[in-house]
Amino acid sequence: MQRKPRVLIAKPGLDGHDRGAKIIARALRDAGMEVIYTGLRQTPEMIAEAALQEDVDAIGLSILSGAHMALVPKVLDLLRGQGQGHVRLLLGGIIPDDDLRALHEMGVAAVFGPGTRTDAVAQAFFTAVGEGLVRG
Amino acid sequence: MYEGESRGGSALAGRVRSGERLALARLLTLIENQTQDGLEALAALYPLTGKAHIIGVTGAPGTGKSTLVNELAQAFRRNPPDGRDKATTVAIVAVDPSSPFSGGAILGDRIRMRDLAGDSSVFIRSMASRGALGGLARGTAGVVEALDAAGFDKILIETVGAGQAEVDIARTAQTTLVVAAPGLGDDIQALKAGILEIADILVVNKADLPGAENTQRALRAALEMARVADPIAPSDPDPTHPTPRESTTDSWAVPVLATVATQGEGMEELLEAVVDHRRHLIDSGELVTRERARVRAEMQLLLRDLLAARFLERESDARFEAALERVLTRAVDPRQAVAQLVLETEAGV
Repeated sequence: MQRKPRVLIAKPGLDGHDRGAKIIARALRDAGMEVIYTGLRQTPEMIAEAALQEDVDAIGLSILSGAHMALVPKVLDLLRGQGQGHVRLLLGGIIPDDDLRALHEMGVAAVFGPGTRTDAVAQAFFTAVGEGLVRG
Repeated sequence: MYEGESRGGSALAGRVRSGERLALARLLTLIENQTQDGLEALAALYPLTGKAHIIGVTGAPGTGKSTLVNELAQAFRRNPPDGRDKATTVAIVAVDPSSPFSGGAILGDRIRMRDLAGDSSVFIRSMASRGALGGLARGTAGVVEALDAAGFDKILIETVGAGQAEVDIARTAQTTLVVAAPGLGDDIQALKAGILEIADILVVNKADLPGAENTQRALRAALEMARVADPIAPSDPDPTHPTPRESTTDSWAVPVLATVATQGEGMEELLEAVVDHRRHLIDSGELVTRERARVRAEMQLLLRDLLAARFLERESDARFEAALERVLTRAVDPRQAVAQLVLETEAGV
Protein backbone atom coordinates (compact mmCIF):
# COMPACT_ATOMS: atom_id res chain seq x y z
CA MET A 1 0.00 0.00 0.00
CA GLN A 2 1.20 3.47 -0.88
CA ARG A 3 1.78 5.38 2.30
CA LYS A 4 2.03 9.05 3.03
CA PRO A 5 5.50 10.50 3.47
CA ARG A 6 6.16 11.71 7.01
CA VAL A 7 8.34 14.78 7.08
CA LEU A 8 9.71 17.04 9.79
CA ILE A 9 9.88 20.77 9.15
CA ALA A 10 12.27 22.42 11.56
CA LYS A 11 13.86 25.77 12.03
CA PRO A 12 17.28 25.54 13.64
CA GLY A 13 19.31 28.47 14.90
CA LEU A 14 18.35 31.78 16.36
CA ASP A 15 16.63 33.78 13.63
CA GLY A 16 12.93 34.22 14.32
CA HIS A 17 11.49 34.17 10.82
CA ASP A 18 9.28 31.11 10.47
CA ARG A 19 6.93 32.27 7.75
CA GLY A 20 8.77 30.35 5.05
CA ALA A 21 8.81 27.18 7.14
CA LYS A 22 5.06 27.50 7.77
CA ILE A 23 4.31 28.03 4.08
CA ILE A 24 6.33 24.94 3.20
CA ALA A 25 4.61 22.90 5.93
CA ARG A 26 1.25 23.88 4.52
CA ALA A 27 2.25 23.16 0.93
CA LEU A 28 3.46 19.70 1.90
CA ARG A 29 0.24 19.04 3.78
CA ASP A 30 -1.71 20.07 0.69
CA ALA A 31 0.40 17.64 -1.32
CA GLY A 32 -0.81 14.86 0.99
CA MET A 33 2.14 14.52 3.38
CA GLU A 34 2.05 14.25 7.15
CA VAL A 35 4.13 17.15 8.38
CA ILE A 36 5.51 17.36 11.88
CA TYR A 37 6.13 21.01 12.62
CA THR A 38 8.37 21.76 15.58
CA GLY A 39 8.62 25.54 15.58
CA LEU A 40 11.44 28.00 16.09
CA ARG A 41 14.90 27.76 17.61
CA GLN A 42 15.48 24.04 17.42
CA THR A 43 18.94 22.71 18.20
CA PRO A 44 20.40 20.01 15.92
CA GLU A 45 19.98 17.59 18.84
CA MET A 46 16.27 18.42 19.16
CA ILE A 47 15.80 17.97 15.42
CA ALA A 48 17.54 14.59 15.28
CA GLU A 49 15.64 13.35 18.34
CA ALA A 50 12.25 14.49 16.99
CA ALA A 51 13.05 12.80 13.66
CA LEU A 52 13.85 9.58 15.52
CA GLN A 53 10.69 9.56 17.65
CA GLU A 54 8.50 10.45 14.69
CA ASP A 55 10.20 8.01 12.30
CA VAL A 56 10.21 10.53 9.47
CA ASP A 57 11.27 9.93 5.89
CA ALA A 58 12.69 13.41 5.39
CA ILE A 59 13.58 16.61 7.22
CA GLY A 60 13.17 20.08 5.77
CA LEU A 61 15.36 22.70 7.43
CA SER A 62 14.66 26.38 7.03
CA ILE A 63 17.76 28.51 7.63
CA LEU A 64 17.88 32.23 6.95
CA SER A 65 20.69 33.18 9.29
CA GLY A 66 23.67 32.08 7.18
CA ALA A 67 24.57 29.39 9.69
CA HIS A 68 23.76 26.51 7.33
CA MET A 69 27.37 25.39 6.89
CA ALA A 70 27.57 24.87 10.66
CA LEU A 71 24.08 23.51 11.31
CA VAL A 72 23.60 21.11 8.39
CA PRO A 73 26.70 18.93 9.04
CA LYS A 74 25.75 18.78 12.71
CA VAL A 75 22.26 17.50 11.93
CA LEU A 76 23.57 14.99 9.38
CA ASP A 77 26.20 13.67 11.82
CA LEU A 78 23.60 13.18 14.53
CA LEU A 79 21.21 11.40 12.16
CA ARG A 80 23.92 9.04 10.93
CA GLY A 81 25.17 8.41 14.46
CA GLN A 82 21.67 7.37 15.56
CA GLY A 83 21.12 4.92 12.72
CA GLN A 84 18.93 7.39 10.85
CA GLY A 85 21.10 7.56 7.75
CA HIS A 86 18.05 6.81 5.60
CA VAL A 87 16.38 10.13 6.50
CA ARG A 88 16.69 12.60 3.64
CA LEU A 89 17.61 16.21 4.40
CA LEU A 90 16.32 19.13 2.35
CA LEU A 91 17.24 22.75 2.91
CA GLY A 92 15.50 26.04 2.23
CA GLY A 93 16.45 29.63 2.93
CA ILE A 94 19.13 32.12 1.97
CA ILE A 95 21.89 29.85 0.71
CA PRO A 96 24.77 31.32 -1.39
CA ASP A 97 25.45 29.46 -4.64
CA ASP A 98 29.04 28.92 -3.53
CA ASP A 99 27.84 26.58 -0.79
CA LEU A 100 25.56 24.41 -2.93
CA ARG A 101 28.18 21.95 -4.04
CA ALA A 102 29.52 21.37 -0.55
CA LEU A 103 25.97 20.87 0.75
CA HIS A 104 25.16 18.28 -1.90
CA GLU A 105 28.40 16.47 -1.19
CA MET A 106 27.49 16.29 2.49
CA GLY A 107 24.30 14.51 1.46
CA VAL A 108 21.67 17.26 1.28
CA ALA A 109 19.03 16.06 -1.18
CA ALA A 110 17.85 19.48 -2.39
CA VAL A 111 18.32 23.19 -1.67
CA PHE A 112 15.63 25.82 -2.27
CA GLY A 113 16.15 29.56 -2.48
CA PRO A 114 13.72 32.47 -2.47
CA GLY A 115 11.11 32.35 -5.22
CA THR A 116 10.92 28.56 -5.46
CA ARG A 117 7.39 27.44 -6.24
CA THR A 118 5.81 25.40 -3.48
CA ASP A 119 4.75 22.64 -5.88
CA ALA A 120 8.40 22.26 -6.90
CA VAL A 121 9.31 21.89 -3.22
CA ALA A 122 6.63 19.24 -2.71
CA GLN A 123 7.85 17.39 -5.80
CA ALA A 124 11.42 17.44 -4.49
CA PHE A 125 10.27 15.91 -1.21
CA PHE A 126 8.39 13.17 -3.06
CA THR A 127 11.47 12.45 -5.18
CA ALA A 128 13.80 12.43 -2.18
CA VAL A 129 11.69 10.03 -0.13
CA GLY A 130 10.41 8.00 -3.11
CA GLU A 131 12.73 5.15 -2.31
CA GLY A 132 11.62 5.12 1.29
CA LEU A 133 7.97 4.72 0.45
CA VAL A 134 8.29 1.07 -0.51
CA ARG A 135 9.40 0.39 3.05
CA GLY A 136 5.71 0.02 3.89
CA MET B 1 16.19 0.15 4.47
CA TYR B 2 17.19 0.73 8.06
CA GLU B 3 20.59 -0.37 9.20
CA GLY B 4 20.24 -3.67 11.00
CA GLU B 5 16.54 -3.90 10.23
CA SER B 6 15.32 -7.41 10.45
CA ARG B 7 12.57 -8.96 8.43
CA GLY B 8 9.53 -10.00 10.32
CA GLY B 9 7.67 -8.53 13.22
CA SER B 10 8.88 -10.77 16.03
CA ALA B 11 12.50 -9.63 15.68
CA LEU B 12 11.31 -6.04 15.77
CA ALA B 13 9.31 -6.84 18.91
CA GLY B 14 12.49 -8.16 20.51
CA ARG B 15 14.33 -4.95 19.75
CA VAL B 16 11.49 -2.91 21.22
CA ARG B 17 11.60 -5.02 24.39
CA SER B 18 15.30 -4.38 24.74
CA GLY B 19 14.60 -0.65 24.75
CA GLU B 20 15.71 0.39 21.27
CA ARG B 21 14.02 3.70 20.59
CA LEU B 22 14.63 3.54 16.85
CA ALA B 23 12.91 0.15 16.70
CA LEU B 24 9.99 1.49 18.74
CA ALA B 25 9.58 4.47 16.42
CA ARG B 26 9.67 2.17 13.43
CA LEU B 27 7.12 -0.17 14.99
CA LEU B 28 4.71 2.70 15.62
CA THR B 29 4.83 3.56 11.90
CA LEU B 30 4.17 -0.06 10.94
CA ILE B 31 1.22 -0.22 13.32
CA GLU B 32 -0.15 3.06 12.00
CA ASN B 33 0.06 1.71 8.47
CA GLN B 34 -1.45 -1.64 9.47
CA THR B 35 1.36 -3.65 7.91
CA GLN B 36 1.79 -7.37 8.47
CA ASP B 37 5.11 -6.88 10.30
CA GLY B 38 3.52 -4.30 12.56
CA LEU B 39 0.62 -6.57 13.44
CA GLU B 40 2.96 -9.50 14.12
CA ALA B 41 5.16 -7.42 16.40
CA LEU B 42 2.12 -6.12 18.24
CA ALA B 43 0.87 -9.67 18.74
CA ALA B 44 4.25 -10.65 20.19
CA LEU B 45 4.26 -7.65 22.53
CA TYR B 46 0.66 -7.85 23.70
CA PRO B 47 1.35 -10.09 26.75
CA LEU B 48 3.56 -7.28 28.10
CA THR B 49 0.78 -4.69 28.06
CA GLY B 50 -1.49 -3.68 30.90
CA LYS B 51 1.08 -2.02 33.15
CA ALA B 52 0.95 1.60 32.06
CA HIS B 53 -1.42 4.25 33.34
CA ILE B 54 -3.14 5.57 30.21
CA ILE B 55 -4.31 9.16 30.51
CA GLY B 56 -6.41 10.93 27.88
CA VAL B 57 -6.45 14.70 27.44
CA THR B 58 -9.28 16.14 25.37
CA GLY B 59 -11.11 19.44 24.96
CA ALA B 60 -11.91 22.15 22.45
CA PRO B 61 -9.19 23.60 20.20
CA GLY B 62 -7.21 26.33 21.90
CA THR B 63 -7.89 25.31 25.48
CA GLY B 64 -4.21 24.50 25.99
CA LYS B 65 -4.13 20.72 25.78
CA SER B 66 -0.58 20.48 24.43
CA THR B 67 0.81 22.90 26.99
CA LEU B 68 -0.98 21.02 29.75
CA VAL B 69 0.43 17.70 28.51
CA ASN B 70 3.90 19.27 28.43
CA GLU B 71 3.51 20.40 32.07
CA LEU B 72 1.92 17.18 33.26
CA ALA B 73 4.70 15.11 31.72
CA GLN B 74 7.29 17.24 33.54
CA ALA B 75 5.35 16.87 36.79
CA PHE B 76 5.41 13.07 36.36
CA ARG B 77 9.14 13.19 35.70
CA ARG B 78 9.75 15.16 38.92
CA ASN B 79 7.69 12.80 41.09
CA PRO B 80 8.69 9.16 41.29
CA PRO B 81 5.75 6.82 41.83
CA ASP B 82 4.96 5.53 45.33
CA GLY B 83 7.29 2.88 46.64
CA ARG B 84 9.71 3.11 43.73
CA ASP B 85 12.97 4.94 43.43
CA LYS B 86 13.03 4.74 39.66
CA ALA B 87 11.81 7.89 37.94
CA THR B 88 8.58 7.78 35.98
CA THR B 89 8.91 7.34 32.22
CA VAL B 90 6.39 9.10 29.99
CA ALA B 91 5.15 8.55 26.46
CA ILE B 92 2.95 11.05 24.66
CA VAL B 93 0.71 10.34 21.68
CA ALA B 94 -0.54 13.58 20.14
CA VAL B 95 -3.27 13.34 17.51
CA ASP B 96 -3.99 16.17 15.06
CA PRO B 97 -6.50 16.16 12.22
CA SER B 98 -5.76 15.06 8.66
CA SER B 99 -6.97 17.34 5.90
CA PRO B 100 -10.13 15.83 4.41
CA PHE B 101 -9.06 17.23 1.03
CA SER B 102 -5.42 16.23 0.56
CA GLY B 103 -5.12 13.54 3.21
CA GLY B 104 -2.07 15.41 4.49
CA ALA B 105 -1.71 16.85 7.96
CA ILE B 106 0.24 19.37 9.96
CA LEU B 107 1.13 17.86 13.32
CA GLY B 108 2.07 20.78 15.52
CA ASP B 109 1.71 19.58 19.09
CA ARG B 110 5.48 19.28 19.58
CA ILE B 111 5.76 23.08 19.40
CA ARG B 112 4.34 23.27 22.92
CA MET B 113 6.36 20.33 24.20
CA ARG B 114 9.86 21.63 23.69
CA ASP B 115 10.60 21.51 27.43
CA LEU B 116 10.60 17.73 27.10
CA ALA B 117 13.30 17.67 24.41
CA GLY B 118 16.52 16.13 25.59
CA ASP B 119 14.85 13.95 28.20
CA SER B 120 15.50 10.39 27.06
CA SER B 121 12.79 9.04 29.37
CA VAL B 122 10.12 10.88 27.40
CA PHE B 123 8.95 9.71 23.99
CA ILE B 124 6.62 11.88 21.92
CA ARG B 125 4.81 10.63 18.86
CA SER B 126 2.49 12.68 16.63
CA MET B 127 -0.32 10.98 14.75
CA ALA B 128 -2.64 12.20 12.02
CA SER B 129 -6.29 11.27 12.50
CA ARG B 130 -6.48 9.93 8.91
CA GLY B 131 -10.20 10.47 8.58
CA ALA B 132 -11.29 8.99 11.90
CA LEU B 133 -13.88 11.22 13.56
CA GLY B 134 -13.74 10.32 17.23
CA GLY B 135 -10.75 12.50 18.14
CA LEU B 136 -8.18 9.70 17.75
CA ALA B 137 -6.79 7.78 14.77
CA ARG B 138 -7.59 4.18 13.91
CA GLY B 139 -4.06 3.17 14.84
CA THR B 140 -3.99 4.96 18.21
CA ALA B 141 -5.03 1.94 20.29
CA GLY B 142 -2.26 -0.18 18.75
CA VAL B 143 0.32 2.57 19.21
CA VAL B 144 -0.65 2.87 22.88
CA GLU B 145 -0.33 -0.91 23.30
CA ALA B 146 3.18 -0.80 21.83
CA LEU B 147 4.23 2.03 24.16
CA ASP B 148 2.75 0.13 27.11
CA ALA B 149 4.70 -2.98 26.15
CA ALA B 150 7.86 -0.88 25.74
CA GLY B 151 7.58 -0.15 29.45
CA PHE B 152 6.45 3.48 29.72
CA ASP B 153 4.84 4.13 33.11
CA LYS B 154 2.53 6.90 31.96
CA ILE B 155 1.04 7.27 28.51
CA LEU B 156 -0.59 10.61 27.76
CA ILE B 157 -2.89 10.74 24.75
CA GLU B 158 -3.79 14.15 23.42
CA THR B 159 -6.82 14.10 21.11
CA VAL B 160 -7.71 16.27 18.17
CA GLY B 161 -9.24 19.51 19.42
CA ALA B 162 -12.64 18.08 20.15
CA GLY B 163 -15.87 19.73 21.07
CA GLN B 164 -18.95 17.81 21.88
CA ALA B 165 -19.05 14.24 20.68
CA GLU B 166 -15.47 13.13 20.11
CA VAL B 167 -15.46 10.64 22.92
CA ASP B 168 -13.27 7.79 21.61
CA ILE B 169 -10.66 8.78 24.15
CA ALA B 170 -12.81 7.48 27.00
CA ARG B 171 -12.64 4.04 25.45
CA THR B 172 -8.86 4.13 25.14
CA ALA B 173 -7.74 5.92 28.30
CA GLN B 174 -8.14 4.88 31.92
CA THR B 175 -8.23 8.44 33.20
CA THR B 176 -9.78 11.10 30.98
CA LEU B 177 -9.04 14.80 31.45
CA VAL B 178 -11.42 17.21 29.77
CA VAL B 179 -9.84 20.62 29.36
CA ALA B 180 -11.94 23.78 29.16
CA ALA B 181 -10.99 27.44 29.07
CA PRO B 182 -12.87 30.59 30.01
CA GLY B 183 -14.85 32.45 27.37
CA LEU B 184 -15.59 29.62 24.97
CA GLY B 185 -19.35 29.56 25.22
CA ASP B 186 -22.20 29.78 27.68
CA ASP B 187 -23.02 27.17 30.26
CA ILE B 188 -25.44 25.31 28.00
CA GLN B 189 -22.39 24.11 26.06
CA ALA B 190 -21.38 22.21 29.14
CA LEU B 191 -24.75 20.48 29.33
CA LYS B 192 -24.65 18.98 25.86
CA ALA B 193 -24.10 15.29 25.60
CA GLY B 194 -20.73 13.66 25.43
CA ILE B 195 -17.71 15.56 26.44
CA LEU B 196 -18.72 16.22 30.05
CA GLU B 197 -19.82 12.65 30.74
CA ILE B 198 -16.48 11.22 29.79
CA ALA B 199 -14.50 13.42 32.19
CA ASP B 200 -12.79 11.84 35.17
CA ILE B 201 -11.13 15.16 35.86
CA LEU B 202 -12.25 18.54 34.55
CA VAL B 203 -9.57 21.15 34.06
CA VAL B 204 -10.26 24.84 33.57
CA ASN B 205 -7.01 25.95 31.98
CA LYS B 206 -6.02 29.58 31.34
CA ALA B 207 -7.53 30.26 34.75
CA ASP B 208 -5.80 33.65 34.86
CA LEU B 209 -8.22 34.91 32.21
CA PRO B 210 -11.42 36.75 33.18
CA GLY B 211 -14.43 34.47 33.55
CA ALA B 212 -12.48 31.46 34.80
CA GLU B 213 -14.49 31.28 38.00
CA ASN B 214 -17.75 31.36 36.06
CA THR B 215 -16.54 28.52 33.87
CA GLN B 216 -15.62 26.46 36.92
CA ARG B 217 -18.97 27.19 38.53
CA ALA B 218 -20.90 26.25 35.37
CA LEU B 219 -19.01 22.97 35.08
CA ARG B 220 -19.60 22.13 38.74
CA ALA B 221 -23.30 22.87 38.34
CA ALA B 222 -23.50 20.70 35.22
CA LEU B 223 -21.81 17.84 37.06
CA GLU B 224 -24.20 18.25 39.97
CA MET B 225 -27.19 18.13 37.64
CA ALA B 226 -25.89 14.98 36.02
CA ARG B 227 -25.65 13.37 39.45
CA VAL B 228 -29.21 14.35 40.35
CA ALA B 229 -30.65 13.29 37.01
CA ASP B 230 -28.92 9.92 36.93
CA PRO B 231 -28.52 8.67 40.49
CA ILE B 232 -27.62 5.08 39.66
CA ALA B 233 -25.23 3.96 36.99
CA PRO B 234 -26.76 1.37 34.68
CA SER B 235 -25.58 -2.10 35.66
CA ASP B 236 -25.00 -3.21 32.11
CA PRO B 237 -24.05 -0.11 30.15
CA ASP B 238 -24.13 -0.33 26.40
CA PRO B 239 -20.62 -1.56 25.68
CA THR B 240 -20.42 0.41 22.46
CA HIS B 241 -20.67 3.58 24.50
CA PRO B 242 -18.37 4.86 27.20
CA THR B 243 -19.41 3.76 30.64
CA PRO B 244 -20.97 6.63 32.59
CA ARG B 245 -18.48 7.74 35.15
CA GLU B 246 -20.20 9.31 38.15
CA SER B 247 -23.42 8.67 40.00
CA THR B 248 -23.06 5.93 42.62
CA THR B 249 -22.34 7.02 46.15
CA ASP B 250 -18.93 5.42 46.56
CA SER B 251 -17.98 6.48 43.08
CA TRP B 252 -15.40 8.98 41.95
CA ALA B 253 -16.37 12.64 42.43
CA VAL B 254 -15.15 14.43 39.32
CA PRO B 255 -12.94 17.31 40.49
CA VAL B 256 -12.96 20.66 38.70
CA LEU B 257 -9.42 22.03 38.83
CA ALA B 258 -8.03 25.39 37.76
CA THR B 259 -4.66 25.56 36.01
CA VAL B 260 -2.48 28.05 34.17
CA ALA B 261 -0.38 25.58 32.21
CA THR B 262 1.91 28.22 30.69
CA GLN B 263 2.97 29.20 34.24
CA GLY B 264 2.88 25.67 35.65
CA GLU B 265 0.17 26.76 38.11
CA GLY B 266 -2.13 24.10 39.51
CA MET B 267 -0.03 21.26 38.17
CA GLU B 268 0.71 19.62 41.53
CA GLU B 269 -3.02 19.44 42.31
CA LEU B 270 -3.70 18.03 38.85
CA LEU B 271 -0.96 15.44 39.24
CA GLU B 272 -2.42 14.43 42.59
CA ALA B 273 -5.92 14.08 41.09
CA VAL B 274 -4.58 11.91 38.23
CA VAL B 275 -2.74 9.63 40.67
CA ASP B 276 -5.79 9.52 42.99
CA HIS B 277 -8.01 8.52 40.11
CA ARG B 278 -5.74 5.64 39.23
CA ARG B 279 -5.85 4.49 42.84
CA HIS B 280 -9.64 4.78 42.84
CA LEU B 281 -9.87 2.66 39.68
CA ILE B 282 -7.77 -0.06 41.26
CA ASP B 283 -9.40 -0.01 44.71
CA SER B 284 -12.97 0.02 43.37
CA GLY B 285 -12.33 -2.70 40.82
CA GLU B 286 -13.39 -0.31 38.09
CA LEU B 287 -10.08 -0.69 36.30
CA VAL B 288 -11.03 -4.28 35.49
CA THR B 289 -14.59 -3.34 34.48
CA ARG B 290 -13.38 -0.59 32.21
CA GLU B 291 -10.70 -2.78 30.69
CA ARG B 292 -13.37 -5.31 29.80
CA ALA B 293 -15.59 -2.63 28.22
CA ARG B 294 -12.63 -1.17 26.35
CA VAL B 295 -11.43 -4.46 24.93
CA ARG B 296 -14.98 -5.41 24.01
CA ALA B 297 -15.43 -2.16 22.08
CA GLU B 298 -12.05 -2.54 20.39
CA MET B 299 -12.81 -6.10 19.32
CA GLN B 300 -16.20 -5.07 17.96
CA LEU B 301 -14.55 -2.30 15.96
CA LEU B 302 -11.90 -4.65 14.59
CA LEU B 303 -14.56 -7.18 13.71
CA ARG B 304 -16.51 -4.54 11.81
CA ASP B 305 -13.42 -3.41 9.93
CA LEU B 306 -12.41 -6.94 9.06
CA LEU B 307 -15.87 -7.92 7.86
CA ALA B 308 -16.15 -4.77 5.76
CA ALA B 309 -12.73 -5.43 4.20
CA ARG B 310 -13.62 -9.08 3.49
CA PHE B 311 -16.89 -8.03 1.98
CA LEU B 312 -15.29 -5.42 -0.27
CA GLU B 313 -12.80 -8.01 -1.50
CA ARG B 314 -15.62 -10.28 -2.67
CA GLU B 315 -17.93 -7.56 -3.86
CA SER B 316 -17.55 -6.80 -7.55
CA ASP B 317 -17.04 -3.21 -8.60
CA ALA B 318 -19.50 -3.64 -11.45
CA ARG B 319 -22.30 -4.66 -9.13
CA PHE B 320 -21.52 -1.77 -6.79
CA GLU B 321 -21.55 0.68 -9.71
CA ALA B 322 -24.86 -0.71 -10.93
CA ALA B 323 -26.35 -0.27 -7.48
CA LEU B 324 -24.96 3.28 -7.36
CA GLU B 325 -26.72 4.08 -10.63
CA ARG B 326 -30.01 2.76 -9.30
CA VAL B 327 -29.70 4.99 -6.25
CA LEU B 328 -28.82 8.02 -8.39
CA THR B 329 -31.91 7.52 -10.56
CA ARG B 330 -33.87 7.13 -7.33
CA ALA B 331 -35.05 3.65 -8.24
CA VAL B 332 -33.97 2.48 -4.77
CA ASP B 333 -32.75 4.29 -1.70
CA PRO B 334 -29.16 3.88 -0.43
CA ARG B 335 -30.20 1.62 2.46
CA GLN B 336 -32.10 -0.77 0.19
CA ALA B 337 -29.22 -0.81 -2.29
CA VAL B 338 -26.65 -1.72 0.37
CA ALA B 339 -28.88 -4.38 1.91
CA GLN B 340 -29.36 -5.91 -1.55
CA LEU B 341 -25.59 -5.89 -2.22
CA VAL B 342 -24.89 -7.69 1.03
CA LEU B 343 -27.57 -10.30 0.33
CA GLU B 344 -26.26 -10.96 -3.17
CA THR B 345 -22.64 -11.21 -2.11
CA GLU B 346 -23.44 -13.51 0.80
CA ALA B 347 -25.46 -15.72 -1.52
CA GLY B 348 -22.46 -15.79 -3.85
CA VAL B 349 -24.47 -14.48 -6.82
